[in-house]
Amino acid sequence: MTQITLSRAITAGLRKAMEDDPKVLIMGEDVGKLGGVFRVTDGLQKDFGEDRVIDTPLAESGIIGTAVGLAMRGYRPVCEIQFDGFVYPAYDQIVSQVAKLHFRSMGKLPMPMVIRIPFGGGIGAVEHHSESPEAQFAHTAGLKVVACSNPVDAYWMIQQSIKADDPIVFFEPKGRYWEKADLDESATPLPLFSSRVVAEGTDATLLAYGPKVKTCLEAAIAAADEGRSLEVIDLRTLSPLDLDPVYESVRKTGRAIVVHEAVVNLGMGSEIAARITEDCFHSLEAPVLRVGGFDTPYPASRVEEEYLPDLDRVLDAVDRSFAY
Amino acid sequence: MSSASADHPRDGLGPDLGKVFGPSHADGGPELVQLLTPEGELREHPDFSFDGSIEDVRGFYRDLVLTRRVDTEATALQRQGELGIWAQMLGQEAAQIGSGRALLPQDMAFPTYREHGVAWCRGVDPLNLLGLFRGVDQGAWDPRDNNFGLYTIVIGAQTLHATGYAMGMQRDGVVGTGDPERDAAVIAYFGDGATSQGDVNEAFIFASVFNSPTVFFCQNNQWAISEPIERQSRIPLYQRALGFGFPGIRVDGNDVLACHAVTKAALERAREGSGPTFVEAYTYRMGAHTTTDDPTRYRLSDDLEHWKLKDPIARVEAYLKRGGHADDAFFADVQVESEGVAERLREGCRSMPDPHILDIFEQVYAEQTPELALQKQEYAAYLDSFEGAAQS
Repeated sequence: MTQITLSRAITAGLRKAMEDDPKVLIMGEDVGKLGGVFRVTDGLQKDFGEDRVIDTPLAESGIIGTAVGLAMRGYRPVCEIQFDGFVYPAYDQIVSQVAKLHFRSMGKLPMPMVIRIPFGGGIGAVEHHSESPEAQFAHTAGLKVVACSNPVDAYWMIQQSIKADDPIVFFEPKGRYWEKADLDESATPLPLFSSRVVAEGTDATLLAYGPKVKTCLEAAIAAADEGRSLEVIDLRTLSPLDLDPVYESVRKTGRAIVVHEAVVNLGMGSEIAARITEDCFHSLEAPVLRVGGFDTPYPASRVEEEYLPDLDRVLDAVDRSFAY
Repeated sequence: MSSASADHPRDGLGPDLGKVFGPSHADGGPELVQLLTPEGELREHPDFSFDGSIEDVRGFYRDLVLTRRVDTEATALQRQGELGIWAQMLGQEAAQIGSGRALLPQDMAFPTYREHGVAWCRGVDPLNLLGLFRGVDQGAWDPRDNNFGLYTIVIGAQTLHATGYAMGMQRDGVVGTGDPERDAAVIAYFGDGATSQGDVNEAFIFASVFNSPTVFFCQNNQWAISEPIERQSRIPLYQRALGFGFPGIRVDGNDVLACHAVTKAALERAREGSGPTFVEAYTYRMGAHTTTDDPTRYRLSDDLEHWKLKDPIARVEAYLKRGGHADDAFFADVQVESEGVAERLREGCRSMPDPHILDIFEQVYAEQTPELALQKQEYAAYLDSFEGAAQS
């Protein structure tokens, strides 16, 4: 059992994946000598060489497009997009090529590729460095989308994503990179595409992923002081969604609140609310509520703490659910 | 901006492009590599020569005629309503056969949606090309069977795939070993319009800095739907390669011998580990962009007449006849064979089964998701709910 940060847990997971399978490659900007701007690939080029840890030209479409060719040749590229807001030059390759090649080829061309994207705000960055574009990828058939929220999940989920034969967009909560947890490398991980109850409760269900799981756990503790028992579910997988545990929880609590940093309009919360309504209509005591970023571009960092859903806004939504 | 691009006036800030690169030439200019003239005469070139036999030239002739027949038959099938659309290759046969026949089995080709001649050279059944245009599939052949990628509709996207695939070859140790059975290269096909795409330029950069075994084969057919080459570039395309750090060559795209010789040299250079080459095959789109296009709206029939004189098949026929390299029986046999190819295409196209809607759910992922499995199940139940429905 070792204490490890979330970013180091991903490093350890990447290292394990590279040791296990010589076809695993890492590609991205500054991932080599520098070890990535967040040091997630630190030391990997030194140990696995420049052919397997590739410092690419500064061209996101080029990274993903060449990764497609490498995947066709039998490799398993793990591409790093340096920041969420820089993924858009690669959007065409991801949506029109990566997501569709298995379909177009009727299964003859699998795309075992992982696209790592540090996402979310709260680090005081300049624009384009704090965005949450996950819904845009979850909306695309052919992609799978996951988000880790803690070091232990990060360690296992990155390895499971690399082993998967489908393309996976892997969202890392950059604001939580420095959070620590005990990692037992001999444990058996949950299946990749599964959500998990991380705090049990009886009065309302909070649903979150990535950086907001911790916020919801804190909200549950605060609510307990006021006599409310909140259940918290870490969704972990955004496409496909694993909502059976969610339905089970909502049938018990009768109330659900989805929390994410991404804008509320057509965000993950919208889909989840619709599905809960379809499945648990008669169990609901209140409409499913959504707490997220406002429908504006991500603001200047001096106001980001107000833009991002925090503990108080989550508890306010809980109050509104009970007041309904 | 309004009319400035038409005659490329100097802006006073940089060199006069006309002086730096010379005047533009409708016939391809002095740099054009040509080994067989439109009249069917052989020409010497200091750097390139055709090293094949007369039997090879007869084979090229057969390829040219048969693939043109495939193309015209597919166009006819579209007119008859059997295909939704067809992207004609007419006029570009030599560029495709010459380059396609320069490939070795271990090489990999990444096409656009117009590489019917290259597909032929790679051994892809022409009938399989029709599925995409008929709307029964989105690529019926297995790219691994013939080392011929799926047709790519998004302009230029495949050049990055080609470069990545070539980077994979480098990692597999099949570049520069000196073993002719082992060393391999990739060829990426694209058109003049694609050279404006970011992906193509990024592919040039990746191929250059990683020295990947990629041959960039651009068929400059002068038109990107309705936009002439002047709207894509102020310099001859092949000269762009220099800025990326690798050689560029302009070859007569209607000369199958020159296309073969130049592509073969570029592929050999790639296989030996000397990196990418840009080949600009200077040709002309004799037909429309696709069967939905109307070129009379944007180009002069004079141009078409001018290029008809440079027909890629006529010059090979003239060469074979004049030199006594093929007799009447040979030409008659090819003609008969082409009718057979067309007949097979007609019948095969009309009897292609439609896909089943329930199959699409299975093709999205390698590992099916529970969500999609449920969606399929629900839709199957919906279909079954109709009285008399007989769903498999």
